[in-house]
Order: sequence, then C-alpha cells, then structure tokens
Amino acid sequence: MGYLQTLIDFYSNSTLLKTLRLLWESFGVTVEIFFLTVIFSLPLGMGICSLRMSKFKPIAWLMRIYISIMRGTPLMLQLFVIYYGPYYIFGIYVSDSYRFPAVIIAFSLNYAAYFAEIYRAGIQSIPVGQYEAADVLGYSRIQTFFKIILPQVIKRTLPPVTNEVITLTKDTSLAFALGCAEMFTIAKRQASGQTSMTPYIAAAVFYYIFNFVVAYSMGWLEKKLDYYR
Amino acid sequence: MAVFEVKHLGKSFGSLQVLKDISLTVEHGQVVSIIGPSGSGKSTFLRCATLLEQVNHGTMKYMDQVVCEERSGFDHAVYASNSALKKVRTLFGLVFQNFNLFPHYSVLKNIMDAPVCVQKRKSKEVREQAMALLERMGLASKAKSYPCELSGGQQQRVSIARALISKPQILFFDEPTSALDPELTGEILKVIRDLAAQKMTMVIVTHEIDFAEAVSDHVVFMADGYIVEQGTPAEVIGAPKNPRTQAFLRKLNH
Ligand SMILES: Nc1ncnc2c1ncn2[C@@H]1O[C@H](COP(=O)(O)OP(=O)(O)OP(=O)(O)O)[C@@H](O)[C@H]1O
Ligand SMILES: [Mg+2]
Repeated sequence: MGYLQTLIDFYSNSTLLKTLRLLWESFGVTVEIFFLTVIFSLPLGMGICSLRMSKFKPIAWLMRIYISIMRGTPLMLQLFVIYYGPYYIFGIYVSDSYRFPAVIIAFSLNYAAYFAEIYRAGIQSIPVGQYEAADVLGYSRIQTFFKIILPQVIKRTLPPVTNEVITLTKDTSLAFALGCAEMFTIAKRQASGQTSMTPYIAAAVFYYIFNFVVAYSMGWLEKKLDYYR
Repeated sequence: MAVFEVKHLGKSFGSLQVLKDISLTVEHGQVVSIIGPSGSGKSTFLRCATLLEQVNHGTMKYMDQVVCEERSGFDHAVYASNSALKKVRTLFGLVFQNFNLFPHYSVLKNIMDAPVCVQKRKSKEVREQAMALLERMGLASKAKSYPCELSGGQQQRVSIARALISKPQILFFDEPTSALDPELTGEILKVIRDLAAQKMTMVIVTHEIDFAEAVSDHVVFMADGYIVEQGTPAEVIGAPKNPRTQAFLRKLNH
C-alpha cells in the first residue's frame, strides 16, 4: 500500500508529467483550431474559387485582390486585424471570449485563399473534352460540375491540399499571438516558468505525431482514389 | 423526313469565318462521310451540329425539331428554347477523336450514368442494354474496368456504346480513329461498318478515304468552310470533278 502511495505521489509531483498533462489539455484546443479551420476553409475556398473564375469581371478581380492580400501578408498580422479590428476600426469593444472565434475566422479566411487557388489550378487542369462529352450526353451544368468535374478535381488537388493542411497544423501555433490557450501558448508559459526546454520538446513531439497522423490519413485518402488515372 | 438538315450555315470565330454557307441533308439510314483538308471546318461543323457551338447564320433541324432558324428582324440565327434543345440532345450522339470517357467511372457507369441520371430511365433496364452493347462491342468482360485500364481502341468502343445507349437517331463521329495506333483503327472501323449494316444514320469526319469510300452512301468534300463537292463515293472519290477535290485526293495518293 505504502509503495503504491509513493508511486502516486511521485507521478503527481513530477514536473514532466504535469507539463505533459497541461500540453495534452491545450492540445485539444490546437486540434479544435485545426479541424474548425479545415471544415470552414475547404468549402469557403470553393466559393472564392467559383467567384474568382466568374465571368463577371469586377467580382473576379475582387477575389483576385482578396487572394493576393491573404497570400501576400503574414498570417500573424491577419490575426491581429481580425482580433483588434472591431475595436480599432469600429470602436466595438470585444470580450476575451472573442479570442478563439477570431483565430478561427482569421485562419479560415487565410487558408480559403490558398485552397481557392489550388482548386482553380485543379479545375483548369480538367480537359475541356470532359465538359463537352457531358454536354452532348445532356448533363446540366450543375450535374457536370458535381458528377464529372469535382471528383476529378478532388483527386488532382489532394497532394497540394495535403501540403497546406500539414502547414496548418504548425500554423495553429500562431494563435499564441492572441493569447489563445492552445498548445504552443501553454508550452511557452511552462518553458519560461520552468526555465527549461522540455515543454518545447514535448510540444514538438505532439505536433509531430499529429502531423504524422494527418499525413497518413491524407495518404490513405489518396490511395483510395488511386483506382483511376 | 430527313433525320438531320442544315441550310446555309455560317459560323465565325471573331473575324475568322470558318463555315460559309453549308447545306446538307442526311436521310434515315444514310452514312455520310466528310473529308477535306485540315482547317476546312469539319470539326466546327460537327460541333455546331451537336450544339457545342452556336452558328451565326442558317437553319438546322433534327427530324421535325427546329434547332435554329433565320427570322426576319434578326441578323443572326435564332435558337430554340433551352427545353426544346434539351429534347434535341437526345436525338444525336457524338463520338470524339480522343474518346473523352469519364476516367473516374467504370466502363459500365460511363455508359449507364447519362440514361439513368439525366434521362431518369430505370437502372435495371439500362444495365441490361448497356451489357448487351458491351457484348456487341466485344467488351463484356471489361464492364467493371476503368478507362485507364483499356487500350485506345477499347476506349473508343466504350465511347461508341455510351453514345448508342440513348438510341440516338443520328451518330456523329469526329475522326474516331485518329488518336489510335494503326493496328487498332481496324476494330473501330469494323464497329462502324456493323452499325451501317444495321441502318444506323451516321455522319463521319475521317481521313480514312478507303474506309469512307467503302462504308458511305454519300461523301462530302469540304474546303475553306464550303462544301466544294458532294455525291456518291464513286462520284466524289472515284471521279472527282472539282480541281480542289482532285488535288486533295492526289495528295493522299488516291
Ligand atoms: N474555338 C475556336 N476559336 C477560334 N478559332 C477556331 C476555334 N475552333 C476552330 N477554329 C478555327 O477554325 C478553323 C477550322 O477548324 P476545324 O477544327 O473545324 O478544322 P478541321 O477541318 O476539323 O481540321 P482538322 O482536319 O485538322 O481536324 C481553323 O482555322 C481553326 O483554327
Ligand atoms: Mg477536326
């Protein structure tokens, strides 16, 4: 009995385990940022892409400018604009609870711009003959897009989308700039409290494992779509 | 009643006039071959006939369905309503030079998808017809394969089956063997010959003069956007009257 108690005491007092526990908890926030961004930015990118490819020139140009700004300025700066913008620009006071939504909005808007360009390249790579064959067979424009074009675009854009998604897992750490309690913020806090590298190394391991799983899943998806060329 | 009839078709791309006054009538069961030098407008004509391009002038009709016509007060051809054109699309089929099969669909799905999803026909009935067509094309064992697993000749036969499943009144071919290795062209020409024997109405753009001569009832020689000469194969290929036709055939060592 005494032996078990010692073991429990040891574990509850171990700084390493405490660090791991804190990181694990904040890792949940990192994963949340990741998935929410993916869920919002993938379809949003499709919307931006379709406007960017619109025949109505002013809208196409607007989207071009949007994409150019999102890709041409730092994500960190965009985070600040989204978080502090409402106050500085409109004088609206935002509460602390806006931190997390601000992170999701900024990430989604930023990644949607990248995805839009990836989709556009994918759509343009589909031979015009696919549209013509569908047209002659009587498919409507909507049927042609969703049944014939989109599945092929998804297959072709999977590798570049995977790249972006892997970058995203690492970019989630930028949320520390707004003091959002995701894993990197916690790791930084722990590291300065303990004056030790260990929290950083532990966080690195978490990121690495997460990315490994992400890359593996995307690879699996790519394999699933490998049944045709 | 003619299956397909055009009168005085004109088509321009910008300032380039590609079709100038094309008139042609295709009767039921007729096989028409269109020959002519590169750039003469043969593909453009097929693309206009299959509604991939709009003509600027002239009239076009499938059976009793008007596709476009000249109307007083308009300086260009006026097309029928979209719903009318949708119906017209069920009357013809087009076989492309490079097949244009859908790579993400199996052979069977390539053939079945349009009848089932566009024309809302019963899946079971369509499947039976699709299998019968594949049987006829000698491809019954490939129903579950994907286009990338087939040879060019096999892909082209699938695309012919895909065009036939909707029972079109007329089938257009744009150089159906040009993307194929010479040893594979024979299998496609045989399929077309079989279709001709079954009185399928067809319009075939081709560079295979011997084949055109053997299979067609009517040969059209196009140059510079005009039909320069047309008639039976014996007339146009056997004894061409127009110097341009003569020069074209001579160049092909005919
Ligand atoms: N979409 C287009 N825009 C502009 N010009 C075009 C277009 N399509 C065709 N043309 C032009 O129209 C002319 C006729 O082309 P078309 O493809 O109909 O010729 P063709 O008789 O089929 O030739 P080939 O035997 O080489 O296939 C060519 O000069 C071509 O450059
Ligand atoms: Mg051509």
